[in-house]
Amino acid sequence: MAGLDKRVAGYTEALAGLSDGMTVASGGFGLCGIPENLIAEIRRRGTSDLTVISNNCGVDGFGLGLLLENRQIRKVIASYVGENAEFERQLLAGEIEVELTPQGTLAEKLRAGGAGIPAFFTATGYGTPVGDGKQVREFNGRPCILEHSLTADFAIVKGWKADWYGNVVYRHTARNFNPAVATAGRITVVEVEEIVPPGALDPDQVHTPGIYVDRLIQGRFEKRIENRTVHKA
Amino acid sequence: MALTRDQMAMRVARELQDGYYVNLGIGIPTLVANHVPPGIEVMLQSENGLLGMGPFPTVEQIDADMINAGKQTVTALPGAAIFSSADSFAMIRGGHVDLTVLGAFEVDVVGNIASWMIPGKLVKGMGGAMDLVAGAENIIVMMMHASKDGESKLLERCTLPLTGSGCIRRVLTDLGLFEIVNGSFVLRERAPGVPIAEIRAKTAGRLVAADDAPEMLL
Repeated sequence: MAGLDKRVAGYTEALAGLSDGMTVASGGFGLCGIPENLIAEIRRRGTSDLTVISNNCGVDGFGLGLLLENRQIRKVIASYVGENAEFERQLLAGEIEVELTPQGTLAEKLRAGGAGIPAFFTATGYGTPVGDGKQVREFNGRPCILEHSLTADFAIVKGWKADWYGNVVYRHTARNFNPAVATAGRITVVEVEEIVPPGALDPDQVHTPGIYVDRLIQGRFEKRIENRTVHKA
Repeated sequence: MALTRDQMAMRVARELQDGYYVNLGIGIPTLVANHVPPGIEVMLQSENGLLGMGPFPTVEQIDADMINAGKQTVTALPGAAIFSSADSFAMIRGGHVDLTVLGAFEVDVVGNIASWMIPGKLVKGMGGAMDLVAGAENIIVMMMHASKDGESKLLERCTLPLTGSGCIRRVLTDLGLFEIVNGSFVLRERAPGVPIAEIRAKTAGRLVAADDAPEMLL
């Protein structure tokens, strides 16, 4: 690492400093656009007692599901448990703390957190268990609840391409939570399919500007598909 | 006869208007996309960050980076746009989506909806549903009238943890189309051949049903 060059030599270096009890925010929606090699590296390191912020928590045996089954996660902040049987089991058994958060509120908590906005009011979740114990104020006749923003010790992000200054481009719906997560990390680590020299990306097409990115690494991705649905011609 | 899932989708599709941006929830609501009336143009929003969602891909087109909110592989139509989750929910919470169709476990006479967990039994999570019901003006809940155990899902008060309070006005079930008005389910249309007595028997919440409530046109 030198100057503005964000490239690191390997996955060990990419997550240097990650320690027990830290908060990790991860991009991805389901298994789409997840930083799968960074997750695998957290598993390899065995870091425990983690708080994980992510829309989903992977599936059994892949993505963040690897950390769940290895009991490395103390708390999850997510919108959807979905089809992850181990997650649902740990949740119903009270073995893991889960803060279920509406998806839009979660995205906005990360976006606002990265933008230095500590909290915001929203109508989402008012009158539901999500609103329990939260401050209520009425705006334009609508009751809204106060939601606190989120930041993380580490943000782990999956991009498509990046230049070595850390300007990132995402591909298709693998963008999802990644741009907001990238802004919310004290240390933001991005893994991409291809690293290109500065100048190779059109500045007009950059999704995450390099100022948010601290470490950059090129990886190989399995890109597992959760629901393979096909149109029969 | 109670409506089939496809007939339910056909009825909801008649609420589509030319130029609408529409969010279809996971499950039965996705079938609405198969019944867009000819001559009108709508664009489907998928809350993971896609506007202009197309049909499922062919085997050759499958792309792990292109999925919908149900994590199914999909395609993007010409003229589609892709954006982040934060932008996607700005559209939803900002009231820019013209019609939202979603499923539910329960709906009640004051417009409450429950759809995301059954305590002690099942936790799916709310996903984007809380944002959708809070952000949209125009919502249709699309669900079976009774649970698999035969329990009415149209209640006086929801028993499960809520997804939104006082935000539902229209419910389409396999037995009829209902509007929630002044603390009642008002039967607007009944499924062809379903007697009003059956609808009464299967609706736990207060029901207003005129004897001449018309049959649904499909």
